[in-house]
Amino acid sequence: MCGIVGIFLKDPKLEPQLGQMLASMLCVMTDRGPDSAGFAVYGNGKADHVKLSLRAVEGYDFAALADGLSTTAGGKPALSVRSTHAVIEVPAAKEADVRAALAAQYPDVAVVGAGSRMEIFKEVGLPKNVAARFDLAKMSGTHGIGHTRMATESAVTTAGAHPFSTGVDQCLVHNGSLSNHNDLRRNLTREGLTFATQNDSEVAAAYLTWRMQQGASLGEALKAGLDDLDGFFTFVVGTESGFGVLRDPIACKPAVMAETDQYVAFGSEYRALVDLPGIENAKVFEPEPATVYFWDRAA
Amino acid sequence: MNAQTNLKAAPDETFDLGANPLRELNGALHKAGVETNARRWLVANPNGRHAVACGINAPLDVTIAGHVGYYCAGMNQQARVIIEGNAGVGVAENMMSGFVHVKGDASQAAGATAHGGMLLIDGNAGARCGISMKGVDIIVKGSIGHMSAFMGQAGSLIVFGDAGDALGDSLYEAKLFVRGTVKSLGADCIEKEMRDEHKAHLAEKLKAAGLEGSIDISEFKRYGSARRLYNFHIDNVDAY
Repeated sequence: MCGIVGIFLKDPKLEPQLGQMLASMLCVMTDRGPDSAGFAVYGNGKADHVKLSLRAVEGYDFAALADGLSTTAGGKPALSVRSTHAVIEVPAAKEADVRAALAAQYPDVAVVGAGSRMEIFKEVGLPKNVAARFDLAKMSGTHGIGHTRMATESAVTTAGAHPFSTGVDQCLVHNGSLSNHNDLRRNLTREGLTFATQNDSEVAAAYLTWRMQQGASLGEALKAGLDDLDGFFTFVVGTESGFGVLRDPIACKPAVMAETDQYVAFGSEYRALVDLPGIENAKVFEPEPATVYFWDRAA
Repeated sequence: MNAQTNLKAAPDETFDLGANPLRELNGALHKAGVETNARRWLVANPNGRHAVACGINAPLDVTIAGHVGYYCAGMNQQARVIIEGNAGVGVAENMMSGFVHVKGDASQAAGATAHGGMLLIDGNAGARCGISMKGVDIIVKGSIGHMSAFMGQAGSLIVFGDAGDALGDSLYEAKLFVRGTVKSLGADCIEKEMRDEHKAHLAEKLKAAGLEGSIDISEFKRYGSARRLYNFHIDNVDAY
């Protein structure tokens, strides 16, 4: 199973409520995925800075880490700690150096996402507990995506929780199961990609990353996935400017969308959307199989 | 969702799913016998819940004021169930008799395995509409998705719009009528001549749905089984 949700705001007035809306949607999807939950929120950011979403063990001393990175980052990075996760903001020009320093000096800390605006949080446990420990309800932003996991083919771990980062300001949540992920993982490993888990969705994320490294746009990468990914999937991908949706050609996994003048929302089931403002007058529809959809802020 | 309804008269019973558990609703609907006075039910605040109004076996008139989740009105017998919104996967699955009307869109597997009764969908239906249908009449005023009427055994599937890929794959004797385009036909499904008897059949079904005269019957094409797949043929004896 698994539940996925997404919300993209058209009306800036709703931005302070984004976290609250996403938390409510996530919690309704608990019975589709009680094992772990995660979400990505697109909030404020500076164009010349990069936010790195970091994950470590409970009680990790992120303040000391921020201090330790001061020289590498050209000044102490802005730090925001939420339970097992922290977001540090460093100048974009220093990102590679900071990543190298993290890998060398802080091997216990994982970088789960990077981008000018994207922050990723994920943990094992019931969605309501995960949302509470990261204080999701108080987050604001323009859009966000979330996932509740019912593990089927790999262990229930934080690393196996969604979203998976696919690139700068990009991440992926997946409902379904891929049957050719071992083969793909071997091929992608040969192409130089690295994997933290045995999870099939991580392979899908890495596949999209690889396609985009080869020059494809996100939309092209998703379209190519229709041929190369064997199995069942409904994907929601978060991008800097919005989110995209793709279902496999058989449309095995559910998906419902709702659109109003104020927002576009995605849920595995309509139930996830019922607390959204003005939902009773929303245009409610199911995305077509094998069709790439994007909702973007006006470019 | 507001409790707006098209009920002509006040309902005999109103059940608020926002305040009371689903099991209480379905339990009450199951208890309603043939001789009940409480015929007209209004279900408020369905909010996408699954299995709303399943397993009714009485001539009730149930209006659901909003969108529903999976398997709404499943296994229905005798009842008339009106959904004033969209329906999730498997609406009216395994219906035996009665009438189920979705005023919005229906998701996948609408009317799956249903033996009888009529399912009317005002909007579109997703993939596998009427999969393994066994006698139900399904009318979709919009379009239907891929693999519809897969292994359909009996009944009629009438589509005002278009049909997706592999219509009628592995079809038995269900009768398919599509007014728009068919993206592709499934294995052993072919277009067939629309003779007067088929036009009369179509007219009869549309009349039963209250849609008489709303659409030109001559615009429909008929599809059915070529009967090459499910009959044993002596030439295939080596395959067994």
